[in-house]
Amino acid sequence: MATDLMIQAEGLTKSYGSTRALAGVDIAVPAGTILGLLGPNGAGKTTAVRVLTTLARPDSGSATVAGFDVLRNPGEVRRHIGVAAQDATLDPLLTGRQNLVLIGELSDLGRADSRARAKELLAQFELTDAADRVVKGYSGGMRRRLDLAGSLMTRPPVLFLDEPTTGLDPTSRQRVWEAIRELIGEGVTVLLTTQYLEEADELAHDIVVVDHGRVIAQGTPQELKEASRGARLEVTLSEPHPGAAGAMAPLVSEPVLVSDDGRHLSAGVDSSTGLATVVVRALDAAGVLVDNIEVRQPSLDDVFFSLTGGHIEEEEAAKGDGSEAGSGSGSDGAAAGAVGSGEGRHELEGVRA
Amino acid sequence: MTTAVLTPSSTGYDRPHSGGSLLGSLADIWAMTRRNLVHISREPMQLSDVTIQPLLFTVLFVYIFGGAIPIPGGGSYVDFLLAGILALNLTTSTMGTAIGLSTDLHEGMIDRFRTLPMWRSAVLVGRSAADFLTSVLCAAIVMLTGLAVGWRPGASAISVIGGLGLLLLFAYAVGWVSACVGLNSKSPESAGSFGFIVLFPLTFVSNAFVPTQHMPGWLQAIATWNPVSAVVSAARHLWGNPNPSAIVQAWPMQHPVEAALIWSVAILAVACPLAAHSFKKRTTE
Repeated sequence: MATDLMIQAEGLTKSYGSTRALAGVDIAVPAGTILGLLGPNGAGKTTAVRVLTTLARPDSGSATVAGFDVLRNPGEVRRHIGVAAQDATLDPLLTGRQNLVLIGELSDLGRADSRARAKELLAQFELTDAADRVVKGYSGGMRRRLDLAGSLMTRPPVLFLDEPTTGLDPTSRQRVWEAIRELIGEGVTVLLTTQYLEEADELAHDIVVVDHGRVIAQGTPQELKEASRGARLEVTLSEPHPGAAGAMAPLVSEPVLVSDDGRHLSAGVDSSTGLATVVVRALDAAGVLVDNIEVRQPSLDDVFFSLTGGHIEEEEAAKGDGSEAGSGSGSDGAAAGAVGSGEGRHELEGVRA
Repeated sequence: MTTAVLTPSSTGYDRPHSGGSLLGSLADIWAMTRRNLVHISREPMQLSDVTIQPLLFTVLFVYIFGGAIPIPGGGSYVDFLLAGILALNLTTSTMGTAIGLSTDLHEGMIDRFRTLPMWRSAVLVGRSAADFLTSVLCAAIVMLTGLAVGWRPGASAISVIGGLGLLLLFAYAVGWVSACVGLNSKSPESAGSFGFIVLFPLTFVSNAFVPTQHMPGWLQAIATWNPVSAVVSAARHLWGNPNPSAIVQAWPMQHPVEAALIWSVAILAVACPLAAHSFKKRTTE
């Protein structure tokens, strides 16, 4: 097929010793879009990025970036990509400006152009004041922004951002998000890995969920939410009606639950397209008065939990216990989100059982 | 399967294609060299290794050992010492190469370099070029300090420069051995220990500080064939300074200039490919 895919991978596998990091991953990113590669720690996200950015050779499978084969033509791939890796790849002994100029010069940008571009990016990422300080003294958020700026030195058409906001406080995260959104406007193709559902939901056109080195789901954020079978129909009646549950039953996928007062009915539904209208009509035909009707979509958290068996919780908990103090605020944010959605999930499971 | 190559015009991607060309490689080496020089200037330990330490060693050796060590065949100790003390400083400062490369590999920066369209070996060559330039600085400090405390070369300027050149060439060669150590060590700390475990004994078991005539027979044999001895003898010979090793009946002591050249070239011939191989191995996954 002839397509406008800027990143394309087929059947990537990669093992480190006995650890199977990638067990057959396919990825396709159309030009000018953002793909969110979502998964818990150790899912294979970083390995996939390392293969696509020519840092690691896959054991099998093939990949092209900007039309160039990562194995046969890694040099050309490198000329077309920008990479912001998970561990900030900056020189701690150089100043912010020196880091950017070095990247520019090593990318054949030339001294003068490198300096001009560095100045531009330092201003864009609000690092002008810190530009001539040694990076060793930068905060985590400043390093991330400088790393992102580094990946943009050559205005590459394809960008790889490996967990660009992990460990950032909410304000810094917002700033990075804004920068990424601006890039989309410029026609850049982005592959973004993240552990944060919110981040993928916020930024990505398409999401690929990976776990244990495999793709376990993909689609737009909306498609994933819809495909999760986790949507619930919730109806509030003006007064209890004996025919209400019967009228709803053919339209839903699970037994209808009726509350003690008889006014609240709920059931899991497979698909939600036009469902509310159909339900209201059916209830109306049965002579039931409806006060409120809601099809509650699952959050991406719900989707993620149902897909990965919920082990992101353990990962996050383990990380919280760990020594990574810098990532504390970020992890807490995700954990809080997970707890919030957990309730809904348990409710669903209760109904199914 | 065909995939259209897209270069969105809005990204302004139209850089010249110099990857792989000699000019591009030289530009990469120069950029990496400057980066490493900035490193040395910001690392107090490394900076003192090539500035304060050579000054201190030269002065200490001259005044502490100067009166106690007679030179066979006559001559002043400071004239005898200078080539030796310069060899010590240049040789031991190469451990910076090991530490620097090991640090590069352990920090994320190497991954950044590997995703750039640069000549990869510029990481190695730029390091050795920067260390060579600091060797020149180190040599200048030792020689100026030497002149201040009484060292006087007794040969033409060209001959003195030739001797200095041999010392710098040898240090450059040892720098590549140090690079191999750095590329194969588990941490910058273990890379640093190379200096104390190998370089210090290598320099001391030689004719650098004392004439070898009074060493035990086995040690004398080692010292005679030690490359450091050949280089130091060659420098003394070219500088017109006392060179008691000239009476030792062994080929390297009879032909120190040739021996120093052969040693340096031989070390380079082994260490350079080995370093390149180790670098490739460490950066392939």
